[in-house]
Amino acid sequence: MINLKTPISEEDIRKLRCGDVVGLSGIIVTARDAGHKLMVEERPQFLDEYLNGGIIYHCGPVVKNENGVWSFVSAGPTTSIREEPYQAAVIESYHLRGMIGKGGMGAKTLNACQHFGACYFHAIGGAGTLIAKSVKEIINVFKLEEFGTPEAFWVCRAENFPVIVTMDSQGESLHERVEKETAENYQRILSSITA
Amino acid sequence: MNQKLSEHIMGLIKSASTDLPPDVEQSLVDARDRELEGSMSFSAFDAILENTKMAREFTTPICQDTGSLLFYIDVPVGTDTDPLKRSIQIAADRATREYLLRPNAVDPITGKNSGNNIGLNAPYFHFHQWERDDFRFRLMLKGGGSENVGTQYKLPDAGLQAGRDLKGIKKCVIDAVFKAQGKGCAPGIIGVGIGGDRVSSYELSKEVLLRKFGERSEDPVLAEAEVELFNQLNALGIGPMGFGGKTTVLEVFCGKYHRHPATFFVTISYMCWACRRKTLILSKGDFDND
Ligand code: SF4
Repeated sequence: MINLKTPISEEDIRKLRCGDVVGLSGIIVTARDAGHKLMVEERPQFLDEYLNGGIIYHCGPVVKNENGVWSFVSAGPTTSIREEPYQAAVIESYHLRGMIGKGGMGAKTLNACQHFGACYFHAIGGAGTLIAKSVKEIINVFKLEEFGTPEAFWVCRAENFPVIVTMDSQGESLHERVEKETAENYQRILSSITA
Repeated sequence: MNQKLSEHIMGLIKSASTDLPPDVEQSLVDARDRELEGSMSFSAFDAILENTKMAREFTTPICQDTGSLLFYIDVPVGTDTDPLKRSIQIAADRATREYLLRPNAVDPITGKNSGNNIGLNAPYFHFHQWERDDFRFRLMLKGGGSENVGTQYKLPDAGLQAGRDLKGIKKCVIDAVFKAQGKGCAPGIIGVGIGGDRVSSYELSKEVLLRKFGERSEDPVLAEAEVELFNQLNALGIGPMGFGGKTTVLEVFCGKYHRHPATFFVTISYMCWACRRKTLILSKGDFDND
């Protein structure tokens, strides 16, 4: 396992390759649809200190507040492709080094990863409790009232958040590769049915 | 509302959200053991199983997307269902406040989250009268990511060269699972509704997901198709999370309804590996307050 801590340098991110198993530590910010839309349309500055060299996590967590202290109860990844229209612009304008999510992203994001030096990290979809345990502390939250719990920006500190690189800064995408391989199987199976 | 019933339902929600059914878990263990140790797919299954254990141990949601609450309720003939609904809503509200459920009911026009999983058609209720004098509450928590990859086909389908026959049906299922790739949190459990109208076909594709693993369709032709599809879908090689691997689906369940002569729908519902469904059977005395 490779260990990385935010803020991550361009040099370090460019060393990663598809298939690498990584433990991420440091500051991670959750953002989903409402958050991405806001980052592109209004470019709020309150996120700069957390996102420069940082990581966005596509996640809508179950969150608990006990005596004024927030914590994640369950916090697995959500489907990333919904942020495809925004992600490239967010990488560029906030100097992001990566996204964590599930399902992978499209060509525009892959391009931005290659151009600006970023990676897509795949978390295990559904592993809500396991991941919540690697989030040690909630440092801040933005837009909680306006967006609601799942869509708010949760700024958290993680330790060894387990992920796998599935899109790297060399323009490689594991998702594209699997899709190609499975497309061949798909054609073969379909034609075996006709026969 | 009925407080005793609310408490029973609260227990049902807690169990569904935090404790994966044993047949599902066993099938995930088997899937892991088929993969090469150290491979991406092996570690994906390992993380899934570790997560499942932790969720049970800490009584926390297996997945943060605790889904939409779908209740399938069998009641004695002549039961007034409104008080049951109210008791269930109270349980859903409480379960949300106790972090067993994420607030997942959003008004599509205002965008406002109701905050407690109660809203128009939320939770979803499917009542059915039966000839018994006890009550059966079956709860399914259906996540949004897996719901988004569900789809409906209308046969014949020129693109797939799928006609109005069993072969055509199979092609639809294979196409749907191929297109879903890992996006519905593969490996999935595939529900197939055949025939009916558009609505009942979707409904059926979901209801079959309540079956236990290994429980084949009562229709021998469909039972055989389930096994065949299971093998074909796993030969796709999509694997857990779409990382590639030997297990793409854990189960395939088919059901059929008579159709109108002019229509032929094939509907696929995709349930993620976090296949959360639990059953509670109560007799009236279990929750009668008076
Ligand atoms: S598809 Fe299922 S496992 Fe995946 S995030 Fe949604 S509810 Fe969780």
